Amino acid sequence: MPPGGKGRECSESCLDFLTLQLVQHYRSQLQGPSQQAALDAVGERVGRQLAERYSRDRPPLTEALEVMKWLCKEFWGEVFRKGVDNLRTNHRGTFVLRDTQFRWLARLSQNQMPAQMGQPLPAPIPKNELAADYLILPCAIVRGALSQLGLECNVTADATSLPQVDFTVVLASAAAGGGGGAGGGAAGAVARR
Amino acid sequence: METISAEIFTLTYGSMVRQLIADYEDVEEVNKQLDKMGFSIGQRLIDEFLAKSKTQRCSDFREAAEKVAKVGFRMFLNTTAAVTNWNAEGTECSLILEDNPLTDFVELPEALSQLKYSNLLCGVIRGALEMVNMDVECTFVRDVLQGDDVYEMRLKLLSSSPETYPFKDDD
Repeated sequence: MPPGGKGRECSESCLDFLTLQLVQHYRSQLQGPSQQAALDAVGERVGRQLAERYSRDRPPLTEALEVMKWLCKEFWGEVFRKGVDNLRTNHRGTFVLRDTQFRWLARLSQNQMPAQMGQPLPAPIPKNELAADYLILPCAIVRGALSQLGLECNVTADATSLPQVDFTVVLASAAAGGGGGAGGGAAGAVARR
Repeated sequence: METISAEIFTLTYGSMVRQLIADYEDVEEVNKQLDKMGFSIGQRLIDEFLAKSKTQRCSDFREAAEKVAKVGFRMFLNTTAAVTNWNAEGTECSLILEDNPLTDFVELPEALSQLKYSNLLCGVIRGALEMVNMDVECTFVRDVLQGDDVYEMRLKLLSSSPETYPFKDDD
């Protein structure tokens, strides 16, 4: 095992435990920044640092689409363990990244309470609600990575069909230009894996 | 165990510590929070440890400390600790880490010289051992980031209550 970081490995559960604890810590804080603000800040820093490391040895990406393809394949593969399954864009600055098996939420369980004798099982929490807190960090990581590569953007995630998660990236230039909209419907497929 | 590149874990930890420093603006409080967060992690992590390490029940604290150092650190962080400096009663020892993945890429500015950067580890050990009925105290006494040559955690057994039959259900 080489000391000093490069190529070092640790168990996947280390990161699981840490991110879970991060969410719980900031959920229970009554003072200080909101959960959203704190996790945003933590994730963006990580995204920036990772993007810098992963893209160090490659020529600069100039086109937004090139950056997005790199994000879906290389970056996603490193951080979330597999590439994005489907990337769609409306060619006006909105991108929808679909990961059909989003690794970080793979172990989220919908039934919070064990079944009680003679009682009906409590209604499961809606998937999107359940996942919301745990998606703040991944969204922030993606935003940080894109910003490191020169794309300021807004990232949201939709987990209504867990374990599938759709990430929507809206570039700041598109939002400002008014050309963006939420035009997921008009999106054309540009890359399939 | 599934493994990942430790870089992501290390950077996420670093970013979290930075956030805590910004939140609390008090190094002592950050040390405390890291320990507390580690404690919760340890309480959960012990399940995975017991399920995947296939180790036998530890007969005493000495054996438990060895397991933490040799099996636990290897399993989760892919490094090992040495267990030394036992007191005569066998209730206190030191875990020596020469290689600490948490501190890759880390240097502390002078203003944070009192920060126990890796304090989460102490909490994890405390939390995990508590779940197997050992109350321990765990603190960093040497830290490479503070100029020492190794990382040393002092582990002290406060009390242990071996489970007796019939086992009680957890409430």
